[in-house]
Amino acid sequence: MTREVLSGNAAQAYAVRLARAQVVSAYPITPQTTIVEQLSRFVADGTLDARFVEVESEHSALQVVVSASALGARSYTATSSQGLLLMHELLHWAAGLRAPIVMGVVNRAVAPPWNIGADHTDTISQRDTGWVQLYPESSQEVLDTVLQAFRLAELAEVRLPAMVNEDAFYLSHTVEPVDVPPAELVDRFLPPREGHAILRPGVVARLGSFTGPDHYVEFRHELARATDEVLRRLPEVEEEFRRLTGRTHGGALATYRTDDADAVLVTMGTMSTTARTVVDELRAAGRKVGLAKLRLFRPLPEEELRRLAGSVDRLGVVDRAFTFGASGPVAGEVRAALYAAPQRPRVDSFLAGIGGRDVTPGHVHRMFEELLGPDGAETVWEDLAPTEVGVHG
Amino acid sequence: MARLTLPAQELMYRGHAACPGCGPALAMRLLLKGLGPRTVLSIPACCWTVIATPFPTTALGVAVLDNPIESTGASISGLRAAADALHLPDVTVVGFAGDGGTADIGLQALSGMLERRTDAIFVMYDNEGYMNTGVQRSGATPQGAWTTTTPVEGTRRGKREPKKEIMAIVLAHRPAYAATVNPAFPEDFVRKVETARDVRGPRFLHALAPCPPGWRFSSEETIDLGRLATETGLFPLYEVEEGVYRITRRAGTLKPVAEYVHRQGRFRHWTEEEVEELQAATRAGWERLLRREQETAPSLPPPTPPIGGTPAPA
Repeated sequence: MTREVLSGNAAQAYAVRLARAQVVSAYPITPQTTIVEQLSRFVADGTLDARFVEVESEHSALQVVVSASALGARSYTATSSQGLLLMHELLHWAAGLRAPIVMGVVNRAVAPPWNIGADHTDTISQRDTGWVQLYPESSQEVLDTVLQAFRLAELAEVRLPAMVNEDAFYLSHTVEPVDVPPAELVDRFLPPREGHAILRPGVVARLGSFTGPDHYVEFRHELARATDEVLRRLPEVEEEFRRLTGRTHGGALATYRTDDADAVLVTMGTMSTTARTVVDELRAAGRKVGLAKLRLFRPLPEEELRRLAGSVDRLGVVDRAFTFGASGPVAGEVRAALYAAPQRPRVDSFLAGIGGRDVTPGHVHRMFEELLGPDGAETVWEDLAPTEVGVHG
Repeated sequence: MARLTLPAQELMYRGHAACPGCGPALAMRLLLKGLGPRTVLSIPACCWTVIATPFPTTALGVAVLDNPIESTGASISGLRAAADALHLPDVTVVGFAGDGGTADIGLQALSGMLERRTDAIFVMYDNEGYMNTGVQRSGATPQGAWTTTTPVEGTRRGKREPKKEIMAIVLAHRPAYAATVNPAFPEDFVRKVETARDVRGPRFLHALAPCPPGWRFSSEETIDLGRLATETGLFPLYEVEEGVYRITRRAGTLKPVAEYVHRQGRFRHWTEEEVEELQAATRAGWERLLRREQETAPSLPPPTPPIGGTPAPA
């Protein structure tokens, strides 16, 4: 085990090298660029034995790794924001062809207006494409999650593509110490992707094809079952990883001081770190509060959410994106998941950190105060500037 | 005793779903004869999505990957990268796309594949329109042709704009090999496929693919029309390797384009003047190709510069 000081983006690249990816393809977009710059150097200096395919768009980058994955190559790409939106059609192809690609996504706001700050609108709006979506909060968790994502994605019962998402700049460009596991250890956790080619030269087969209603339904049902399998397999994959490295990141829904909590905030990504320190402060002041970090957004860990709901009175879901005409997207998902729960707490929807606005301990304190207060609001836009700023012209 | 001039191997099965007299079906059959069984085909949304028959059947005796209409160039780059990374021996990677999936919506991915010099073959089968969706115009539809989106009604007389020159676009990328092929000339077609197969680097084939329902002609005339397309000079057969042009079928005199035009319903509304315009443009195009062949011929000695300059007039 070596200790290195890595940004979230460098952690992605280090993990891809440890995973011995065979085909990498990417198109540059801020703030993803340092991932692919680092990977280009690894390929150039010979420490990563991969084909790096330089492409003319994100759309082509994803098609390159979809096709490479179909022939059996372990494949990786990375993008952000507009690039992910351009990939949208191919996202469906990757999942539908059951190509176990791993993609690093640096979560960035969507234009207009142009903004390169952290925001989850890009990945949230890809939720129905069949991809696994993981949201780590630290460089260490990024490195570990990329390795776990390859393992999970390539399981015979799963065979689905997975996104490992990082908040722009807070995670992509912030450096912190990371334990980098030795290659031999990763090789035991993640053996070569052998015998998993879905297409073989010389073997008559067609991948993709077309169908009428007579088979299409079953293809979609298979995809749905594979997605369910992720919920069953993630704990096993994390346990294997813990046995080898001693590290765990808490499964699909990582809870913190929730056991006897009255009110719990649900977060994704880097704001979880801030929220955890606020939980400690409030606990020290005798307030019964906790945190649940949603690490896996797709598939949604509904059972864990219902279990959590069984022991708390109030949940506040903090979203870094908004579903126009509805609520915070994760809040909406949590409410839907809890509808079937025997005990349903009040679920408040908070919007914070949109477009890279800082989520400070002060904001988290205020969200807890509102959550512990008498009135549940439909959706609270935290830290909204007064209207005099005049964005309407 | 008859001599087989084409490989006997059939990698396209009977029972495919093409229309009678389908040019794209003939193009695929000849292509696979020249390529052999260790071919991996990437096929975008096009007529061939349907011709290859639905799951769980296939009309193709090779491995096939479907891809969306615009990304064939990227798909074959990915297949090539994986075949190399996995050290799969003797794999020929081929993209097989219609004219829309090549020259319109697929142009960016094609350009990317050519520019990054992917070791693969891109085949555009040109039926001059979006035929699978019911005969709409594409950038490869000829000027003046009727389609369902370029009607002949009121003041409108079919497609207003000339056909996009895909070979010129491809050749601007300096491919390792590029050629035009026509299923009406099967020996020339298969020879060029075999040449392309054995060249390394980005390769491109522009295959004429007459479409009976789209061009409005009777299905038994596909080969006749294909022959006329080349014999009139509208679709000359040539190849370009390392920048050197070589015309592979040279007629003594070009047949009048009227013979080609009058046999197709899509040109039924044409006047004599319109035929004459096409005749002039075709002659000019053919002469341009002849000049290009002369200019790039490797056997020609370089022009000798006059020694001491031009003598001054006395």
